Amino acid sequence: MIEIDGITKRYDGNTVVNNVSMMIEPRTVTVIVGTSGSGKTTLLRMINRLVEPTSGAIRLDGEDNRSMPGFELRRRIGYAIQGHGLFPHRTVAQNIATVPVLLGWDRARIDAKVAELLTLFQLDPAAFANRFPHELSGGQQQRVGVARALAAEPKVLLMDEPFGALDPIIRAKAQADLLAIQSLLGTTIVLVTHDMDEAFHLAHKIAVMDKGALVQYGKPAELVKDPATEFVQTLIGTSERPFRLLSIETAGDAVEPGPADGKPLAETISQRDALSELLWSGRAAVPVVAADGTVLGKVTLEGLTRRAAKPQ
Amino acid sequence: MRVLIPYLLRLALLVILIAFLVVPGWFDPLLKPLVRDNAPAIYNQGSLLTLTLLHLRTVAIATTGAILVAVTLAILVTRPFGAEFLPLSRSLVNIGQTFPPVAVLALAVPILGFGEKPTLVALFLYGLLPIFENTLTGLTTLPSSVMEAARGSGMTDRQRLFKVELPLAMPVILAGIRLSVVISLATATIGSTVAAKTLGEVIIAGLQSNNIAFVLQGGLIVGALAVLIYDGFSAIEHVLARRAGLPARA
Repeated sequence: MIEIDGITKRYDGNTVVNNVSMMIEPRTVTVIVGTSGSGKTTLLRMINRLVEPTSGAIRLDGEDNRSMPGFELRRRIGYAIQGHGLFPHRTVAQNIATVPVLLGWDRARIDAKVAELLTLFQLDPAAFANRFPHELSGGQQQRVGVARALAAEPKVLLMDEPFGALDPIIRAKAQADLLAIQSLLGTTIVLVTHDMDEAFHLAHKIAVMDKGALVQYGKPAELVKDPATEFVQTLIGTSERPFRLLSIETAGDAVEPGPADGKPLAETISQRDALSELLWSGRAAVPVVAADGTVLGKVTLEGLTRRAAKPQ
Repeated sequence: MRVLIPYLLRLALLVILIAFLVVPGWFDPLLKPLVRDNAPAIYNQGSLLTLTLLHLRTVAIATTGAILVAVTLAILVTRPFGAEFLPLSRSLVNIGQTFPPVAVLALAVPILGFGEKPTLVALFLYGLLPIFENTLTGLTTLPSSVMEAARGSGMTDRQRLFKVELPLAMPVILAGIRLSVVISLATATIGSTVAAKTLGEVIIAGLQSNNIAFVLQGGLIVGALAVLIYDGFSAIEHVLARRAGLPARA
């Protein structure tokens, strides 16, 4: 759990983050959104004290984050950034081992962790461990960046526009991987982005920042249903509202009993993608299958339309 | 085969240089036409090999001193606490470069006496600037995302410096050292005007006795040393830059 309590940051009389308070639940994904200059990155960087707040406090599991030196705190918190920031003079394995080495883990434990993470991120340890970052593709570099952030098994992972530099196809894959790894490891993720599609796809809760203030903090559906300010409304996009609602939950959540014909959909895809598939193939219903291929039921055009309507 | 030619040329240069230093007599017929009245064609007032080694030693000592001071200074002024000393150190180092080495010798002799010491001072001051400026460039142009990641992963200031900043800046720092060494190799010859044992002795002896062969062999040995050392440093930089995943510089 991360408690942000009345955090303010001023630079030369300029208030960048203004009295923000929020509670981030453990094992959830919280996405902070806002326009550039809204203070979202500064807020994130105050959690691991890359930026020191002017006033207020941040507590991790009840412990003030100023109770230890900043560098020790940062070794306990994962940090992944846009453009990955891999050390170009170190191999993939050495990059991933950065924090474990700083923490003084023994060699065998570090090697095991590196191999485990590479495998988890679908990079064959034998082929990738000894390569240098410039020998990898953009998507691979980004995965190594996240693997490095997770190497010391942090409870909290901070991500600053981690997918910003990726092309759309690789980005969608990276987002799906992140969700899978988050539910596997149970890491608390705080992610900053200006991409609303990304926010709705990933977030359990969304925090909207505007001019340094936290204007709304809640579940994605709440933001769509009940935007706190006009700014939130604009950010979500009036015409996007039904699709935003559908992009929050998966097809598995919208399953109705009964058979349907045609090529089945995976239960993990978003309802938005399911709707898209129904519209494109001109069908009224389509079967939904679990990962092992068992048919769970169907999603229907009618069912999805109901879910996309303004919540009462 | 074509890619091998530069290496073969350097190897040939090295072999000729060593042969010339060890058995200069072999080259007597080559230089003989340059002298008149049966004057000696090969320097005969001391061993060329010994002079070359002493020359290299003088350059090595002066450059080591310049590296230690210039790199330390550049590290200090790129830390937050040292930033305000940046303009001052820049001026000091610039003065060291613009002050003519001959003038340094003239000023240093009354204090340090004749011999190697004033030469070391002149070379040290002359060699600071390229190393200082290159170290400064190397340390201030590191990719910001890499520096951010280094801080974010919990490295202390010292760990960042030694594990990230210096290794990444190393090719640029080495380029500065290379320039400094080459300048020092040439400049060290003037040390012989104040009785330092360098290859300048050969050149000065040639000038005094109007012996072109002496001047030529002194100059050529210094030139060959400079070319070989320059190439050696370039090769190391190239390897380091490639290892660091940086674009190779020419």
